[in-house]
Amino acid sequence: MSAAPGAARSHPFATLIRIVRQLRHDPRTVGLVLVVPALLLTLLYFVFSNVPAPPGGKAPFDSIGPIMLAVLPMMLMFIVTSVVMLRERTTGTLERVLTTPISRWNLIASYAAVFGLLAVLQALILGGLVLGPMGVTIQGPWAVLMLVAVLDAVFGVAFGLLASAFARTEFQAVQFMPLFVGPQIFLCGLFVPGEQMPRVLEAIAEWLPMTWAADVVTDLLSHAEVSSASWWHLAALGAAAIAALVMASATMPRATT
Amino acid sequence: MAPSVGEAFLDVRDLVVRRGENEVLHGVSCALQPGSVTGLMGPSGCGKSTLIRSIVGAQRITSGSITIDGVPAGSPQLRHRVGYTSQGLSIYPDVGVRDNVGYFARLAGASLQRADAIIERVGLADHAGHKVSRLSGGQANRVSLACALVGSPDLLVLDEPTVGLDPLTRESLWELFAELASSGVTLLVSSHVMDEANRCDSVLFMRDGRFLAHESVAALQAQTGTTSPEGAFLALVRESVA
Repeated sequence: MSAAPGAARSHPFATLIRIVRQLRHDPRTVGLVLVVPALLLTLLYFVFSNVPAPPGGKAPFDSIGPIMLAVLPMMLMFIVTSVVMLRERTTGTLERVLTTPISRWNLIASYAAVFGLLAVLQALILGGLVLGPMGVTIQGPWAVLMLVAVLDAVFGVAFGLLASAFARTEFQAVQFMPLFVGPQIFLCGLFVPGEQMPRVLEAIAEWLPMTWAADVVTDLLSHAEVSSASWWHLAALGAAAIAALVMASATMPRATT
Repeated sequence: MAPSVGEAFLDVRDLVVRRGENEVLHGVSCALQPGSVTGLMGPSGCGKSTLIRSIVGAQRITSGSITIDGVPAGSPQLRHRVGYTSQGLSIYPDVGVRDNVGYFARLAGASLQRADAIIERVGLADHAGHKVSRLSGGQANRVSLACALVGSPDLLVLDEPTVGLDPLTRESLWELFAELASSGVTLLVSSHVMDEANRCDSVLFMRDGRFLAHESVAALQAQTGTTSPEGAFLALVRESVA
């Protein structure tokens, strides 16, 4: 019953196809990624709808709305992927799959690819809402706003896959959200610009991926030309996502003690 | 008397496995002949699953060696040659039977036609499109088995595959195991139901991380003057503590 020569390789898209099949049977997760952030953003829009613009200034939602594209994608993707990957770890499917010829990197990359694609859809929905019906205008190119939302979400995916290694139950994975994402929301410049924070907090904020994303959005709000600092922030966001994916694949050894 | 002739397909030598503070396996050795069914029998907690996980390369070993067809266990070139079902289901309950078996077929580099053939072989052709979560425990168990079989492994390591099954399903599984063995597959099947030892070419009796015996059931019963596998096991335990 020996396998034919050449049959030892895993199909490169095996895991990707399987994850897509799972998502097809899981409208809640797809809803959490595509519908919930749009609803939250709409809610926020109406919360601010009667707040007058300060004299000579812009209405508050005109900056808060776009910054949400740096907050919501990371937050929701983190929570979804940390629980999904934890389920693979606790049900024993991860251990079993790793006894087959598949590479660990292929497994992680499959998750990143599927949820990365969802992130693109999510960015299009959120960006379309903000720039369309909500009537927010930005000076910079809209494509860069989409790009920052996608990279923000992909970092959330990668960080969630990594965080799953440090939880034992799905409840614990959910508990990580306020711990790892909460401080980033407070520090990213949404409530108070970094330069008005105490020096220590500002220094910490500069090292947080959500701050990089929020800084890019702030830059796009008032400048037609994307600054080189923003390009660096986008590159850093992508690099942080790749680093988290590499670490995540290192947290799933084939043999455990 | 299976374990004495020919070259062993699975060879475990002086295997020690420590998990945290505990030593779970205290230097066990065994040799399995190709094309045989070996029962791994013993009470729960005796180290069966740890041994099985070591053989499939999911458990780091402390010392000793495990070779499969002469290759160290866990080597990349063995990954398509070893089929494994763990004690839990270890499949995806939220998708269909064909999605599960098809996934493991792709992982092993096998075709989807092969997946359909295996689904038929384990008697689930009528359920191929059903979600695993809607199947009975016994049916889900067979899906898991199909996922292990689909890559046409040379060694099949099954951790309690018959637990919770009705007698009829259990019977048909043991018939399938015998059929696989006659086609050249080497099987190691764990169980804590001692009576299932009767279906195996030879039995490894295990207790507290050690093997008490590796013989055919008939030989063991003759040796201990007992009439059932359970009686033989108890006699061996008494002998070992005496």
